[in-house]
Parts: sequence; C-alpha cells; structure tokens
Amino acid sequence: MGRKWRGTPLTAADIAEGRVATAEWRPEAKYAWSAGESIGRFLEELQEGHLVGRKCDVDDTVFFPPRSFCQEHFVRAGEFVRLKNTGKVETYSVSYLDTDARRLEEPVYVGVISIDGAAEGMGFMHFLGEVEEKDLAIGMRVKAVWKPKKERMGAVTDILYFKPV
Amino acid sequence: MRKVAVIGAGMTLFRRRLLETGKEMCFQAVQMALEEAGLELKDVDAVVSGSAPDAFDGVHMKGEYLLDGAGGVRKPYMRVFTGGGTACFSPIAGWWHVASGLADVVLVVNEEKMSSITPHPQYAFANIWDPILDRPLKPNLVWIFAMEMNRYMTVYGIEKADIARVAVKNKRNAVDHPAAQLADPNITVDDVLNSEVMAWPVQRLDISPPSDGASALVLASEDVARQVSETPVWISGVGWCIDSTMWTNRDLSFPEYLARAAQQAYGMAKIENPRKEVDVVEPYDPFDYKELHHLEGLLLADKGEAPILTREGVTQRDGELPTCPSGGLMGVGNPIAATMGIKTGEIYWQLAGKAGRRQVPGSPQVGVCQAWGDLMQFSSVMVMRA
Repeated sequence: MGRKWRGTPLTAADIAEGRVATAEWRPEAKYAWSAGESIGRFLEELQEGHLVGRKCDVDDTVFFPPRSFCQEHFVRAGEFVRLKNTGKVETYSVSYLDTDARRLEEPVYVGVISIDGAAEGMGFMHFLGEVEEKDLAIGMRVKAVWKPKKERMGAVTDILYFKPV
Repeated sequence: MRKVAVIGAGMTLFRRRLLETGKEMCFQAVQMALEEAGLELKDVDAVVSGSAPDAFDGVHMKGEYLLDGAGGVRKPYMRVFTGGGTACFSPIAGWWHVASGLADVVLVVNEEKMSSITPHPQYAFANIWDPILDRPLKPNLVWIFAMEMNRYMTVYGIEKADIARVAVKNKRNAVDHPAAQLADPNITVDDVLNSEVMAWPVQRLDISPPSDGASALVLASEDVARQVSETPVWISGVGWCIDSTMWTNRDLSFPEYLARAAQQAYGMAKIENPRKEVDVVEPYDPFDYKELHHLEGLLLADKGEAPILTREGVTQRDGELPTCPSGGLMGVGNPIAATMGIKTGEIYWQLAGKAGRRQVPGSPQVGVCQAWGDLMQFSSVMVMRA
C-alpha cells in the first residue's frame, strides 16, 4: 500500500529557541466551588475532628464520603453518621511526582483508606505517614492524624495523614 | 438496524510534538482515510469528531475548533468525549449514524495535541480531580493508576516482571508501525524493571508517552461499502458502560464496567465464547498493566490470568490471541482520542489484510478493540468481522 504517513516532528528546542512560529496564552480564571450539602457538612465535621458518612434509608448503606442521594436506589440520603477515625489501606502508591510531574526528592505515600463503619470498601484518598516504605501494605490498619484544631480550615487537609495503628 | 462497515482508515505520525495544528493533523488523517476508501469529502453525509480534555489544546469547544480540518463544514457534525474512552467511542457514535439510516457515509475524526500545554500535559490532568476531596492533596494523575496497578498486583499475586513483558512486547511490535513514537526493537524486561520509579509500582517504561496525533475512519452503509470496497470490515457489536466517579468507593482490581460493555458488544455480535472466537484484540494500553486488566475485563482471560498468558507468549503477534499487534499506546504513542488509529483503525487494517508488516498470521476473521477513560471508570468496546 502506498499510504502517506504524514506529520512534521518538532523538538522542545524548536519551540523554546523560536525556530517555529508560536503564540502564548495563560488563562487567569479562578474558581470557588460551593461544597454542597453533604460535602459541606463533611468539611465542617473535619474541622471539628470528626469523619462523617451518610446513610441510605433503603438498605442502611453508609456512604463515605457522604452523599446527598443514593446512586443505586436514587432516593434522597438519610441521616449523617459519625464514623471512627480508623480504617484500612485498600491500595497505595509511593510517588516521586508532584502535581505538575516534577520530580520530588522525597516520595509521598498516598493511598485509598476505607473508613470503619462505612460500607465495605468505601474510602477516600489521603496520605500515609509515620511509616517506612517497606512496611506499607494493602490491608494495613491505620488511624487519622489531625492538624492542631486552630490550624484546621474545613478541608481534607485538616487530616495530615493516616498512620499505622 | 443497518449493517455498517469500516472502509478506510488514516492517521498521522504520533510524536511528542508535531508542527501541524490540530486542524492540520485532522486534515492529514482524513485525507489518508478517504483515499483508502476511494471517496471524496462530498460523498460524506455526516462527521463525528472525538477529542479528550479541552485543556490540552487550551481551546474550549474543541469540536468547533477542529471542524474544518475534520471535514465537517455545512454537514451534520458532533463531538463526542469520554476521556481516553473516546478512542473507541467516537467510532460507536459514527456507527449509530449509519445503523440508524441517518447517513450512508460518515467520517470519524479523532485528535489530540498534548504538546501545546506547558510545562507538561499533567497540568491539564490536575483539573480532572474532584476539586474538594482530591485537589487539596495536590495529586498527580499517575497516582490513581499506580494505586489501581498495586491493587491488581496484590489481589492476584502478580509479579512486576510479568507486567513488564507487556511493555516489551508492545514497544517491539511498534517497530513495524510507520507512525510509532516509542518503538524499541531491543528493549528487555530488565530495562523496564530498572527504569526510574515515577509512582510505585509505575516506572518510566510502564507508561505511554504524551503525544500529538490525529486519526480518521470512513464508515459506510452496506450498499455503499459493497460498491466501493473490496475489503469492508463489519462492525458487528458495540458496547459501553461507566461506573461511579467515586473511584475510592470501588474495588479497583477488576474493571466490572468493562465486562458489562464487553457483554453488550458480544451479545450484539452473537459471540458466545469470546476466548475461542476472537482472533485479534487491541485493548487500551496506556500503561502495561492496563492491557492485562483489559484482557480480563474483556473476558478474554480469567481474573489474574492475563499475565500468565503474556508470559506464555499467547499474546504475541504470532500467538493464539495476538494482542496490540499495532504496538499499542505503549509503543506507537498516546494522543488520547487519536489512539483510535491503533485501536479501531488497527483492527480494521488487520481484518482487511492491510496491516503490512504488522499483519497477524492466519487471516483473522473476528477482532475486538477497546478503549478506557474518564476517571478510570469508562470503557467502550467494538467487535468487528472481516
């Protein structure tokens, strides 16, 4: 087949050194999100040092993080439920990448932690701390480590990390 | 529903940076596909555009932006977007235009230009995360894949070396693809295992690169296909499915949403035993472990079995189930939506007997392509027949 495979490769230097014509733009938009009913309450409780879920009244499933409706039964969710500060590592990673893909000198440990008292496997993403890399394991029992109360902002970062129990 | 065939495919080179704009890349891919189909733009009734997040190009409403290069001016035209899943979802959207009788000839044109955003496309990916629950942790998108890979490896007791074999196979397969960005005829499992750790267990050579590229397909009704093509390839089943966006509430070890999408597609295609009936497969492989995860989700391997099949050579181009004979995203490159050219496009070329040096032996009759995306929660699947 006489197919024509086209495309003109460039190097980073072709652009950086102005060897091809370019134009630049930087968006300046800033966003401020309303956290909504359920996550709003979740953040308020975090500031007080509590983790909360929310129950589906149809089958008593406890969602974590809390939601305003049940995606299965499609009904409005019921009561908020205070949960323990403990849970289980469902999975984790040892990351040398920051949010812009720049390399970190010291890695961060990040995981999905399912919270005791919520439905099986329902968790959120957070950091893992006070642990050696070799001791990280799926299934590990962990506990939240909070910021001092006066430094809390009503954000997921009010928890510093989860440490092994 | 009417029968629908693919009668032409085209794609640009996949590279980290291309001089061409998104529109220019689309134009090149469309010309190549129309030439193979033996048609001209005036023969096209409608156009489907596929592209992933607008933030890469820095232009909102990318469908409209790409319009003229995609050949859509003054025609019925729409853009579809399901993240990486767009690679096999825009062909499904093209299919329904023809199957419904709305159009006889449809162009499907996918584009991604990831080089425009600086310093790295990861900056755009940062805007995918939940703004309240996830972004305050300053995440990198690789984290979720690393965590999914770790869960998959741990639940099924999989060794990293058996995952690395996928990277080796695909980068070697890509040597035979004229558009390939990261082909490597000499790569070894040790090279992968010794590459830089990005987010454990993901290492540098476990991951596909950001790329610029475009791809195009020409879809036609049975009447048109039989008139103009000697090797039409029929779309005999389609499926797609999405799971909860609350990815921290799901077990990541098995892609249940993909199994549902695959069952939908196999049902439509009257495939009863996919492991026996499928001759060639192009699962989505942005990471090496994803090829394995997807083979299992496609019900072409049992849970945890895909690494064993890979080790035994079953998924080699001359194996019993040739998998990513194109070289995949790992070897040819990953211009997200435009990987249609190495998924749906490759299965078309394989079943039409036009895959050149990449041709799998034995005149394959049934092929499957699949793509994956949104927040690792969506899959699109297509079954095709010679």
